Amino acid sequence: MRQLLVLGAGTAGTVIANRMQRQLDPHQWQVTVVDRDDEHHYQPGYLFVPFAMMTPHDVVRSRHAQLNDGIRFVTGEVDVVDHANDVVVLVDGTRLDYDQLVIASGTTPRPDQTPGTTGSLWRDKVHEFYTLEGAIALRDALEHFTHGRLVVHVTEMPIKCPVAPLEFTLLAEAMFRGRGQRDRVEIVYATPLPGAFTKPVASERLGHLLEDRKILVETDYMVESIDNERQCLVSYDEREIPFDLLVTVPLNMGADFVARSGLGDELNYVPVDRETLLATGHDRIFAVGDANDIPTSKAGSVAHYSSDVFVENFLDHVEGRPLTHRFDGHANCFIESGDGKALLIDFNYDTEPLPGKFPVPYLGPMTLLEETRANHAGKTAFSWVYWNLLLPGRLPMPTDMSMAGKHVPDLHDPTEPGTTFPEKEQLS
Amino acid sequence: MSTTTIEGRTVHVDQEGFLTEPAEWDEDLARSLSGLLGIELGERHWTILHFLRDDHASTGETPTLRRVSTSLQIPTKELFQLFPTKPAKKMAYVAGLPKPRGCV
Repeated sequence: MRQLLVLGAGTAGTVIANRMQRQLDPHQWQVTVVDRDDEHHYQPGYLFVPFAMMTPHDVVRSRHAQLNDGIRFVTGEVDVVDHANDVVVLVDGTRLDYDQLVIASGTTPRPDQTPGTTGSLWRDKVHEFYTLEGAIALRDALEHFTHGRLVVHVTEMPIKCPVAPLEFTLLAEAMFRGRGQRDRVEIVYATPLPGAFTKPVASERLGHLLEDRKILVETDYMVESIDNERQCLVSYDEREIPFDLLVTVPLNMGADFVARSGLGDELNYVPVDRETLLATGHDRIFAVGDANDIPTSKAGSVAHYSSDVFVENFLDHVEGRPLTHRFDGHANCFIESGDGKALLIDFNYDTEPLPGKFPVPYLGPMTLLEETRANHAGKTAFSWVYWNLLLPGRLPMPTDMSMAGKHVPDLHDPTEPGTTFPEKEQLS
Repeated sequence: MSTTTIEGRTVHVDQEGFLTEPAEWDEDLARSLSGLLGIELGERHWTILHFLRDDHASTGETPTLRRVSTSLQIPTKELFQLFPTKPAKKMAYVAGLPKPRGCV
């Protein structure tokens, strides 16, 4: 019996295990999935918990219940991948041999990596919403926060679901407005990037979202530490941002066993071929979803779209045929903007988010790069789609991004080529 | 594709002035580019610039501050001293590489 071993039963691991189990001959292949616990979290729900738009109960289901019959589910913590001997060793000593290994262990927030984050103010005035525990603590903090300065802060890219901090900011603004407290709450968005939106078309069309709502943006902000005594963020270039309530997005890193196994880069992500997801320098190891280093968003939609390519390639790969399917980096995300509206973006490695209609070109019903109620309805309905279509691997969507129905606006930029950076940014 | 002239040399650049043809870069050009930023290149700068060039050649991506810091064992704080205020952008600019990318 040949062994397909999947490390991680999150979005990517579950989709791939389910699809492979249906495709592979059950007399020849055993599909095994390992995870440290049996709680599958609907991670897009974390954003809504602080605003009481979803309850913790809505977010969690059993991991093994999402896996097809015939898939073996093992609970345990991975110690190391011994890739010289094609075996995975768990912390309890269990050894799991594999013919093919799929690393789907995701990425997690690491508040301990920025000094002062988990200090005396942690879960009191310093919060995060990328764990269920954090989202619940933040819900309670927001309930009692009536005035002062709210700072939403991203530590470093890449992060899981890169638009979530913006969504959080917009939802918080709408919430304070709804409570009649907006005049007493100052909102600051601090990002390590040069702007809240950095792709030209998105930036031109969406930049006003923050300005219109009087959200201050602090750009190129690289945090060095959080000063608990003085309640402020301190950056490497010594800019300080005081806060009354801080919502930080900690540094994200891949699983520690990836580093222990010598398979990771500086953030424990597995370097892979960006079109086939085969780990660089390895013939029996793939890394999927957030666990790899492909230059696109760390998001469930990427896990979903790339699984089509993965399944086709895997069947060729185990028969020794060349891999012919190529992942284009396709992703799309809803962006909640408050007031019952949302935006939608669709993009890939080479094409930035553009205006148009989705998923059916010209018809929609959803509209790209615009705030609409239909987009919000789409995001709300997505939880059902996630559990019932996406995880079982039965969501019927084309893998490759479509340009049909999209248009590239003519951005009027009067600047002379090659002049902005040294002129504007030059130091005194 | 736009071009600009830097100390008598014509190079291909994007709107902001980042080189779009990494092959047009050499050390003389790096000195010119760093001059435009008011940075005088010392030994530490060169170590970093050569790492940036090599890493981009092998991965196809401009390395992040963290990658530079981890790979060369140089504290991030020092990168901010060597390329003040916006080290990621400035390192990429002087090394003739695309600026590090964002998402939306």
